[in-house]
Amino acid sequence: MPLLDIRNVSFIDGSKTILDHVSVSAESHDFISITGPSGSGKSTLLKICSHMISPTEGDVFFKDRNFTDYNPVELRRKISHCFQTPCLWGRTVRENIYFPYWLRGIKPDQERIRNLFSLFRLPLAYMDQSAEKLSGGEKQRIALIRSIVIEPEILLLDEVTSALDAENTQITEQVIQHLHEEGLTVLWVTHSTVQSRKYANKILTVVSGQIHSLEVIK
Amino acid sequence: MNAASVSTASLFMASSLVLVTLFISYWQRLHLEKGILTGAVRAVVQLSVIGYILVSVFNLNSPAFTTFLLFFMIFNAAYNAAKRGRCIRHGIFISFLSIGGGTAATLSVLIVSGTIEYTPYQIIPVSGMIIGNAMVALGLCYRQMTSNFQRRRDEVETKLALGADIGLSSREIIRDSIKTGMVPTIDSAKTLGIVSLPGMMTGLILAGVSPIEAVKYQIIVTFMLLSATSLSSVSACYLSYKSFFNARKQLVRY
Repeated sequence: MPLLDIRNVSFIDGSKTILDHVSVSAESHDFISITGPSGSGKSTLLKICSHMISPTEGDVFFKDRNFTDYNPVELRRKISHCFQTPCLWGRTVRENIYFPYWLRGIKPDQERIRNLFSLFRLPLAYMDQSAEKLSGGEKQRIALIRSIVIEPEILLLDEVTSALDAENTQITEQVIQHLHEEGLTVLWVTHSTVQSRKYANKILTVVSGQIHSLEVIK
Repeated sequence: MNAASVSTASLFMASSLVLVTLFISYWQRLHLEKGILTGAVRAVVQLSVIGYILVSVFNLNSPAFTTFLLFFMIFNAAYNAAKRGRCIRHGIFISFLSIGGGTAATLSVLIVSGTIEYTPYQIIPVSGMIIGNAMVALGLCYRQMTSNFQRRRDEVETKLALGADIGLSSREIIRDSIKTGMVPTIDSAKTLGIVSLPGMMTGLILAGVSPIEAVKYQIIVTFMLLSATSLSSVSACYLSYKSFFNARKQLVRY
């Protein structure tokens, strides 16, 4: 049984077809890299996977249950989506990191927070930093920590390293790889073929809203 | 100028002030001439009509007809406020409930406390001020909310993606919109007596009432406008934010 199953999905925006009868599935512990030229529909596919938008046609299944049978909020708590442009709010980083805990009404897991800060090579003192004063790379790493601070079942990443320098990209890749080794299922939209080949076990190429190829490399 | 009456000739002379507005619009190419003329003509016609209606209503002194007139005023205000939030589903209904609720709550306090009586002579002008103020506040709330949902789309979507419900994802936007609706009334309260002598107080003084008595009325009016604006803004924003999401709790694009 696939963890996430996209069946014959199309997405039409006005008169423009963004995705055209796409079918793909992710097994548990998969690391799928989604590549393709700009405007090919990769980000739209990811948004459909996190139920931020619904397909115009076709269905998406999570653990063999149609997305439409889930409470959207509960579903999004299982499938975490980190966007290309990090968006932080509030006065401090702490407010952002505690946000997922606060939503669920649970106490923040300080041990996990410490671990993630260490993996992303960020000093824990950053918790009390102003979110506005962080650099782009730091913001993205904080946004990533926020997305995984409560471990999701699937992590969706939309070009999260595209605006990062080489060092920050490497740190992020290593953390994602580490989490994948611990059992996390990852779908990563990226432009980098090097990144795709280095970490993914499947490479999905999307061209003009259609699946061009699905390569199983590991 | 006589304390209580204005001659028709004076009224015509004062009407020439509209020309100043028209000139500014023409000079600065604001293209507001049509709006200014329509506004001026409508103000004269509507006020003249309401003047005669009020004479009849005050003479009739019927609580049922006064209530009917209140509903009519609230409906018109709701209709106008809803125009500022065209993407808000059931905008007229939400505005009607919010303005009606704010007006009813404020009037109840005023009536129970014995400040005013449920007579057309007192209820109609007081409600007119409340309803008009609430209408402007709601228009501002809707515009701010629509603009915020467009501008802060990333923030709302990020919160949704983290598993927040639509209310939590929109909380900052809702608060900001309520604030936008309330700020003009609060600012106006802050500058009363320093910057402006408001309409009601001026009217009473012109009609020969002592300034001290006029001030007492103005204080009541100020507090009642603050209460009605806040109640209407809060209820309208909390009732309308859901329009920006679909049944699957996804942010809709407008």
